[in-house]
Amino acid sequence: MSNVPSDLKYTKTHEWLRTLPDGTVEVGITDHAQHALGDLVFVEVPEAGRTLAAGEPFAVVESVKAASDVYSPIAGEVIAGNPALAAEPEAINSDAYGKGWLMRLRPAAAAAPQLLAPKDYEKLVVEEGS
Amino acid sequence: MILRTPHSVCPERVRPPPERRRRKLRPETLRHTNGRSRGLWRVVDVLGGHPPKGSGAALAPDLSGHRTEGGKGVLRLPSFSDLAESGLRPFQRTEVGALFWARVKERPLPAKRGNLMGRRTPLFELHQRLGARMVDFGGWDMPLQYGSQIAEHHAVRRGAGVFDVSHMCIVDLKGARVRSLLLRLLANDIGKLKVPGKALYGCMLTATGGVIDDLIVYLLGESWFRAVVNAGTREKDLAWIRRHAAEFGVEAVERTDLAMLAVQGPEARGKAVALLSAVGSAAALALEPFFGGEIDGWLVARTGYTGEDGFEIMLPGADAERVWKALNSAGVTSCGLGARDTLRLEAGMNLYGSDMDESTHPFESGLAWTVALEPRERAFIGREALEAIRARGPQRKLVGLLLEGRGVLRSHQKVLVPEGGEGEITSGTFSPTLERSIALARVPVAAGASVQVDIRGKLHDAKVVRPPFVRHGKVLVS
Repeated sequence: MSNVPSDLKYTKTHEWLRTLPDGTVEVGITDHAQHALGDLVFVEVPEAGRTLAAGEPFAVVESVKAASDVYSPIAGEVIAGNPALAAEPEAINSDAYGKGWLMRLRPAAAAAPQLLAPKDYEKLVVEEGS
Repeated sequence: MILRTPHSVCPERVRPPPERRRRKLRPETLRHTNGRSRGLWRVVDVLGGHPPKGSGAALAPDLSGHRTEGGKGVLRLPSFSDLAESGLRPFQRTEVGALFWARVKERPLPAKRGNLMGRRTPLFELHQRLGARMVDFGGWDMPLQYGSQIAEHHAVRRGAGVFDVSHMCIVDLKGARVRSLLLRLLANDIGKLKVPGKALYGCMLTATGGVIDDLIVYLLGESWFRAVVNAGTREKDLAWIRRHAAEFGVEAVERTDLAMLAVQGPEARGKAVALLSAVGSAAALALEPFFGGEIDGWLVARTGYTGEDGFEIMLPGADAERVWKALNSAGVTSCGLGARDTLRLEAGMNLYGSDMDESTHPFESGLAWTVALEPRERAFIGREALEAIRARGPQRKLVGLLLEGRGVLRSHQKVLVPEGGEGEITSGTFSPTLERSIALARVPVAAGASVQVDIRGKLHDAKVVRPPFVRHGKVLVS
C-alpha cells in the first residue's frame, strides 16, 4: 500500500508539496511514483533563481528503465534544488517525502494552486492500480 | 510526472496506425515499425468490404482494452492464435505479416483481465504471488521486476538468478532434409554443428540482408534441430520458417508445452544441478559452454543472455513452478526482464528490434561474427546482399559507448561523431556493475575514440568502446 502523508498536498501527476513555516514550499515525487519508477539512478534538479510556471517540467528523474519529467505543482521561483541527489539519487526510493525532496520554491504571489488533498491522491493511486 | 512502462523492455502497446489506405491493400499495411511484430494490428478490412470509417475505433476498445489513438482504431492482439478467438481471420499471409478481415458482428470478446491481457506463461500466477510488477512484453504479461531491479542484476553477477523466458518461442524442426533447410535459412553455418547438443547462434536474413530475427539452434538428432526465437517475432519467424520448410519436407512444430527458465550467475550451475538426479547432475555439470543435452527429460543447455555462466532449461510447463520454487529455496533470486535487459547490455548482447531489425544488416549490427561466408558454395538467404555490402564496405558500425559524466544514455538519442556524420543509440541504460551509463550505438564507420550524445538538448561526451562491457563478473572496459 502506498504511503501518502496527511500533511502534504499532491498533484495528479504524482508530485507532493509541503508548505514550510516561512511560506516557501518543498516539492518531490510521491512514494507511489518512486515505486512505479523503480531504482533511481540519476536526477537532474533545477538551478536556484529559475522561474517556473505551474505544470512546467522542472526536474528529470531517471530510473534504470526510463527518464521522466517532474512538473512543478505551482508557479514560483526556485530557491534550491536538492544538491544531495546528485550523489545519492536512491534517496528518492528510500525516503521520497524526506531526503528525496527535489526543490524548494518561493510561490509566486498570484499562485492559486489546484492541488489534491491526501485522500483524493490516495483515491487516484488506487484507481490507477498501484 | 507521467508514469509509463519503459520502452527498452516493453514495446509500446499502441502505435499510431499508418495512413489509412483506401484502395488496394498492401502487405506493408500491417508491417510494424522495425518490421517487428508488436502484436498490434490495424483493421484493414471488414468482412464483406472495406472498413467503414471509424470501425477500427469501434473495435479497438473491445479488443485491445480501451485503446484508441487519435480517433483511429488500433487492434492490439497478442498473437495469431488469439486472433482466431477474437473472430479475426487472416485472408492473406505475406512475408511481413498478414492481413485480416475483422468479423465485426461475430466476434466473441476476450475475457477482460484488468489492464493486462497478454499471453501468460505457466509461471504467471507464481510471478504475481511473488509480487512481481507485470508488464506487456511482445504481447506477453511478463515480470519486469520482483523488488529492486538493481539487486536482481547484482544477484546474477555475484550469485545466481532465475528468469522466466517461457515467452520465447521454441520450434522443433524435424525431417530428413532439416540440415539443408537450416543451411539456407541461417547466415551462420549449421554445418558447424556436428555433435548432438551443440548450439549455434545466428540470424535469419531477408534477401536484402536485413535481420529477420536472431536465434539459437540446437542439434538434437540427425534429423532434429530445435530453434529458440524471440517472442516478439514469433508469428513472422514461424511463417518464414514454414514457408521454406515446406520445400525441404521439414515439419516445424512450436513447443508451446514447454516452459523455459534461465538460471544464470557464477553459482547458477551448482544450484541448478541440485534439482537433478545424480546421473543428470553429473551430465549437466559436464556440459561445455554452448552445449545442451537431454537430462532427466529436460533440455538443459549451458547458454544464456547475461554474460554469466549458467543454464537455460526447457522443461514441461507443468514442472516450471516446482522448479522455480526449489531454485528460490536454494538461494537463487527471482529476476525480471528489467535485470535481463541491463545484464545483456553489459554483456554486449544485441536485442532484436532495438539493436537490429530488418532495416539493418549484420555487418552494421556487431554481428559479423555470426555470418559464415565460408564455405563459399553455401547459398543462404541474404548471401548475395551481404557479399555486395562487404565488397563496397559497410557504412555504419555498432559500437559500445561509455558516458563520461552523469546521466543516462537511452535508445534513439542522437550521437554526434567528430569525424563526420551522426548516429543513434540503439540500447542504453544505467549499468549497475559499472555504476555509470552504457549504450550500444550505430554510428558511421569513421567514428573514432569519442563521440557526443544529445541528451535532452545538451551534448555529453561519451567514449567509444568495444563491447562487452562486463563478462563473468569482470568489467572489461574503462
